[in-house]
Amino acid sequence: MNKILLILKREYTTRVQKKSFIILTLLMPVIMAALMFLPAYFMSMNDEQQRTIAVYDGSSVFLGRLESSNLTAYKFIPKDEYIALKKDIKQSSYYALLVIEPNFLTTKTVQIASGSNIPWDLKSQIQNKIQSILEKDKMAEVVRQTAIPDLEKKIESTKTPIKLETIKVGSNGDSQKSSTEIGMILGYIFGFMIYMFIFLYGTMVMQGVMEEKQSRIVEVIISSVKPFQLMMGKIIGIALVGLTQFALWVVLGIAIFGFSKNFYPDHSRKQQIQNVMEQKQDVVMQDSSEPPTDKIQELISMTDSVNFPLIIGCFIFFFLGGYLLYSSMFAAVGSAIDAQEDAQQFMLPITLPIILSIMVMMSAIKNPEGSMAFWFSMIPFTSPIVMMSRIPFGVPAWQLILSMSLLVATFIGMVWVTARIYRTGILMYGKKPSWRELGKWLTYKS
Amino acid sequence: MELFSANDVSKTYASQQALTNVSISVEQGTIFGLLGPNGAGKTTLIRIINQITAPDSGSVYFEGRPLKSSDISQIGYLPEERGLYKKMKVGEQALYLGQLKGLSRHDAMKELKMWFEKFEITAWWDKKVMELSKGMQQKVQFICTVLHKPRLLIFDEPFSGFDPINAELITQEILRLKSEGATIIFSTHNMESVEQLCDHIALIDKSKKILDGPTTQIRENFKTNTFDISYRGALNIEDSYFVSKYKILSHEQNGHGNKLHVQNLHDGTSQQLIKDLVNQVEIISFNEVIPSMNEVFIKVVKQNS
Repeated sequence: MNKILLILKREYTTRVQKKSFIILTLLMPVIMAALMFLPAYFMSMNDEQQRTIAVYDGSSVFLGRLESSNLTAYKFIPKDEYIALKKDIKQSSYYALLVIEPNFLTTKTVQIASGSNIPWDLKSQIQNKIQSILEKDKMAEVVRQTAIPDLEKKIESTKTPIKLETIKVGSNGDSQKSSTEIGMILGYIFGFMIYMFIFLYGTMVMQGVMEEKQSRIVEVIISSVKPFQLMMGKIIGIALVGLTQFALWVVLGIAIFGFSKNFYPDHSRKQQIQNVMEQKQDVVMQDSSEPPTDKIQELISMTDSVNFPLIIGCFIFFFLGGYLLYSSMFAAVGSAIDAQEDAQQFMLPITLPIILSIMVMMSAIKNPEGSMAFWFSMIPFTSPIVMMSRIPFGVPAWQLILSMSLLVATFIGMVWVTARIYRTGILMYGKKPSWRELGKWLTYKS
Repeated sequence: MELFSANDVSKTYASQQALTNVSISVEQGTIFGLLGPNGAGKTTLIRIINQITAPDSGSVYFEGRPLKSSDISQIGYLPEERGLYKKMKVGEQALYLGQLKGLSRHDAMKELKMWFEKFEITAWWDKKVMELSKGMQQKVQFICTVLHKPRLLIFDEPFSGFDPINAELITQEILRLKSEGATIIFSTHNMESVEQLCDHIALIDKSKKILDGPTTQIRENFKTNTFDISYRGALNIEDSYFVSKYKILSHEQNGHGNKLHVQNLHDGTSQQLIKDLVNQVEIISFNEVIPSMNEVFIKVVKQNS
């Protein structure tokens, strides 16, 4: 036992001190945060280009009615100027030429021509303006014809945006506000993290075993310790490296999350985001009782309802269980081969269930109670990833316990099998063994 | 006193017989040469002693009782295929290996300081192993093997990778360890060093032990009663008496230093030969030819095939 500790300590300290570990650990949350927050930040940045758009209105419906905003000015031009401008819009001082044909009211189509690409924002802004003018005209016509007083206001008041709240009802009848979106996001993140950790640290185990075999230090070491101790010391040591990395990510994640919580409700930024949202949305939406920023706030506040201690506890369990299961197989592969190139043949049966898990996970986060999600979260080879993706949605206790027990039983069995391959493999040099030979190694007396 | 013994040990791998009823006995404070061609089964026997693998049948004793796993700390093993963690620092690594053998960190540090000073390599302490030459790495490895003062040392080709100066340094260290009471199992293909170091040898070929005994006695047993004589004077070896008793292997006559290489077919002793010669010539030197271990090795292994 003491010797496993020594081995574990060496495996742990040499890896944690590596520059690559420190860089990856610090950089990962920053990259993740950047991926999540940069698009929001860019969206909130205003389009600050001054533009003048020439408008030729053949239908005369809009003459003087396209109001210039502070950045975009509309200038109505007569037909002769339009004909001249049509040919060389690029050389003119106008940014674009908006053409409304005389038969606009039947075609309902306008054209905009420009020398450059028209931003999506501007395009939808123009579209909205024209649409709302038309709607107003039609409304006025209806009001005039029916002659009902205050009809306009009455119709306006029929527009009622609604909100759908999903409530999770517990067995004892208490209910909690839940969010399917949050569940999906967390399920995806945690499932994917297990996948990444199993691969990252599983191959680290394999490389470590191969390093010992290639440098021939293994014979020196196993004259001091049992091969099983060496294998377990390595596997557990590397597991602790993974847990350390995860713990650091949680701490950094909380720090970044805490920072971003303060970041969104900030008033001036809120205003900016609102501006952007308004430009994009239907002008009518302006009257909506709920400003869009609240959605982001709501999303953040909803994370409060997530049972993070349970998720993190389960994550640690399923990470360890999945990792132990797979890393012992990776260790056996590393022991059986002499060179990295030989790894492929033995890697395939290990990587297949991991990749299958990721595919099942994608559908499990959409339908976490489905039978596919259920069965794959029970099978030990796929359960760490699939079950982890289901947990944020809430999983019945019996399923969780069954899945965990199956996983524990399987990895104990797997460690027993792989340790037997390992102790023979590390001393075998030369020819790459066949599957049959690996099978025979199981029966060797230690 | 016997420190280690193996009785009737057999081991089979899949389709290959690695050891067949091999028995050896190693006396305390001696150097035991474990010889044999490549693939004979030496490494398997060494691995059994180190408890890396277990015999299929037969038993192994240490200090007169069955070998147990805690005996690992009493054994030091320098394998033929050896290496160190390339990216780990020399000192740190030696400490680690010492601790794996059961030394406390403090004791390992104390012993290492002594050895590093003795081998004049203290400057290497903080170097990474990959920065050292092969010979330097071998030196570090030798230290790691003997660090925990094991009672039984197993050296498999300890001189490979060493220049003559360092090989001599290691030889002296091995002899010193022996004089301090350590028991050594020594496996090598270098028969000269066997003659120089081993008190006792066992030769394994094709999984079986085919030769066992004290080194001097084995060489003695393989002598062919041949003698090298140089003499002055005229020697008649043509007469029927001489021809019936002796077989002339070579005879050089060049006036001052004549040489005769002869086999005594009669009784094999030197006495009669000397008697037969001194009547005729003045003997300058007279040597019985004792076969080298190299010759013994080749002869025995060839006979066995």
